[in-house]
Amino acid sequence: MARLTRRKLTPTDIVMWTIGAILIALILWGSIATLARGAYSLDHWIDFTIFGLAQGSIYALIAMGYTMVYGVLRMINFAHSEVFMSGPYTAYYVAAYFYRSGLLEAHPVLSMTMVFLVSMAVSTLIAYLLEMIAYRPLRSAPRLVPLITAIGASFFLQYVFRGLYGSGFQAYPVIRALEGPMYIGPVRILKFQLLVIFAAALLMIALYQFTQRTRLGRALRSVSEDKEAAALMGVDVDRMISMTFMIGGAAAGAAGVLYAIMFKQVHFFMGFIPGLKAFTAAVLGGIGNIPGAMLGGIFLGLVESIGPSLFLDGLGITAPYQLKDAIAFTMLVLVLIFRPTGILGERLAVKKA
Amino acid sequence: MAMLEIRDIHTYYGNIHALKGISVEVERGEIVTIIGANGAGKSTLLKTASGILRPRSGSIRLEGRELTRLAPHEVVREGIVQVPEGRRIFGRLTVLENLDMGAFTCSDRRRNAANLERVFTLFPRLKERSRQVAGTLSGGEQQMLAMGRALMANPKILLMDEPSMGLAPVLVDGIFETIRRLNEAGTTILLVEQNARMALQVARRGYVLQSGSILFSDAAAPLAENEMVRKAYLGEH
Ligand SMILES: Nc1ncnc2c1ncn2[C@@H]1O[C@H](COP(=O)(O)OP(=O)(O)OP(=O)(O)O)[C@@H](O)[C@H]1O
Ligand SMILES: [Mg+2]
Repeated sequence: MARLTRRKLTPTDIVMWTIGAILIALILWGSIATLARGAYSLDHWIDFTIFGLAQGSIYALIAMGYTMVYGVLRMINFAHSEVFMSGPYTAYYVAAYFYRSGLLEAHPVLSMTMVFLVSMAVSTLIAYLLEMIAYRPLRSAPRLVPLITAIGASFFLQYVFRGLYGSGFQAYPVIRALEGPMYIGPVRILKFQLLVIFAAALLMIALYQFTQRTRLGRALRSVSEDKEAAALMGVDVDRMISMTFMIGGAAAGAAGVLYAIMFKQVHFFMGFIPGLKAFTAAVLGGIGNIPGAMLGGIFLGLVESIGPSLFLDGLGITAPYQLKDAIAFTMLVLVLIFRPTGILGERLAVKKA
Repeated sequence: MAMLEIRDIHTYYGNIHALKGISVEVERGEIVTIIGANGAGKSTLLKTASGILRPRSGSIRLEGRELTRLAPHEVVREGIVQVPEGRRIFGRLTVLENLDMGAFTCSDRRRNAANLERVFTLFPRLKERSRQVAGTLSGGEQQMLAMGRALMANPKILLMDEPSMGLAPVLVDGIFETIRRLNEAGTTILLVEQNARMALQVARRGYVLQSGSILFSDAAAPLAENEMVRKAYLGEH
């Protein structure tokens, strides 16, 4: 079926591969030097790993939205960062109210459930409106048009929320029940990190099961393969597209609260970096692929958290943690050089043939 | 009154006039074929009937119900089900999942189970491969799956767009045999084909489509004898 022609080695390939090889050599050299120096104890590495897992689960949840929308529409919804921001920023006011009224202290589970629900509802609504108003009318326009619209929508939403809630950082209330560490065997883990990992894992498993096991999930997969054939089976394709945006929105809204629990603040610009990272994660995992996005997110979180100390410390770089974003995007570059379709991605060119 | 009535349909792609006033009727229980060369407008006609393309004018009725302005997913619920050109199965779904997609509009479990049983009787090969990813099936098996998937939707009328396309001659015989059996079991079929010889053997009536217009129509036997048809579509000189 797929004709395997050997790709000719172009000068660009050689340059890219050389860059890739140098980066990998630096990473290896740095790691060996760091480990040889023994500046970090096992506990440090465990801490880095757990933090990375928590951070990565959040990226993975946001990445669901990018990858699912790409799956059905073959477009990157760059306004997804703002879908992610809109929920927790709105839910902040609910959380702050619960905090002032003492409800957060008295009924932490109930109040946090409410905060989650509000955040997810707002993000879902924003994602739904975004698709209806900004993207649907452009369904048959050239691919560049919705991309530019997405960037426009992204700015629009940022400034709407800045207008609504102001431009300052808002400190998310601290939840006493989630403070402090707990121990799983000998491993020390901060309670809120455990919640983040646990909640994100639960949501991702639910989402994956939804796409694999339910009738609507199956319809969703058929729409992402062939919209016209799906319509011929009686699937309302527009509704499925709406639903995809809403599911991605709900996941982003939940991720947003987890993010606020972890970093204890919200801001109208808070979506930008996590959004970019989640997009990176989706590409890393193979865009359009749901397990790929999960894997990509967790991989990115781990690399960002372990990488600075492991790769950079040994190279004698001071304050390596400042460079974690550079490491994240270096990973993207490496994957794109050596495996352009992402970790779990299919070769689109071959599939079409 | 015919079961399916297509009346004076005009369909455009932008300003390309692809169907120039086409009328086709299919009676209950018939196989009717539309033959025509590449680019004649056969797929365009079926896509219009399925609601994928909106005709600029004309009407489509099934059992007297006006369907012209319905979206494709609504047309399926009315009972017009299409096996599209090139099969268009969902390659990343399993065979069983593809068949379940065919039953998307029907939530009656017992009926779906009975339909599945029927499809598996018709195509035992699909039962053997039900857990396999559909993209790994052979061309002939994919065509069976496309037909099976359509049958899961309880069609009142089945629209088939070149089911024999790209298949080895042995398989083509099998496909037409299946079409005949389906029809004997009561399914009404509108069959679009470039393989006019085979199509005219199974069909009761036929229409000849050329550049978006119906040249003429007749019962299948006289059509197969028609001088012009023999020259243009049966490769005889
Ligand atoms: N998406 C499209 N945009 C513009 N023109 C189209 C489009 N699809 C088909 N056409 C044109 O409409 C005419 C009819 O095409 P159609 O696909 O219906 O032919 P067909 O009879 O099914 O041919 P084939 O036997 O090759 O499948 C052709 O001239 C074709 O070029
Ligand atoms: Mg065609």
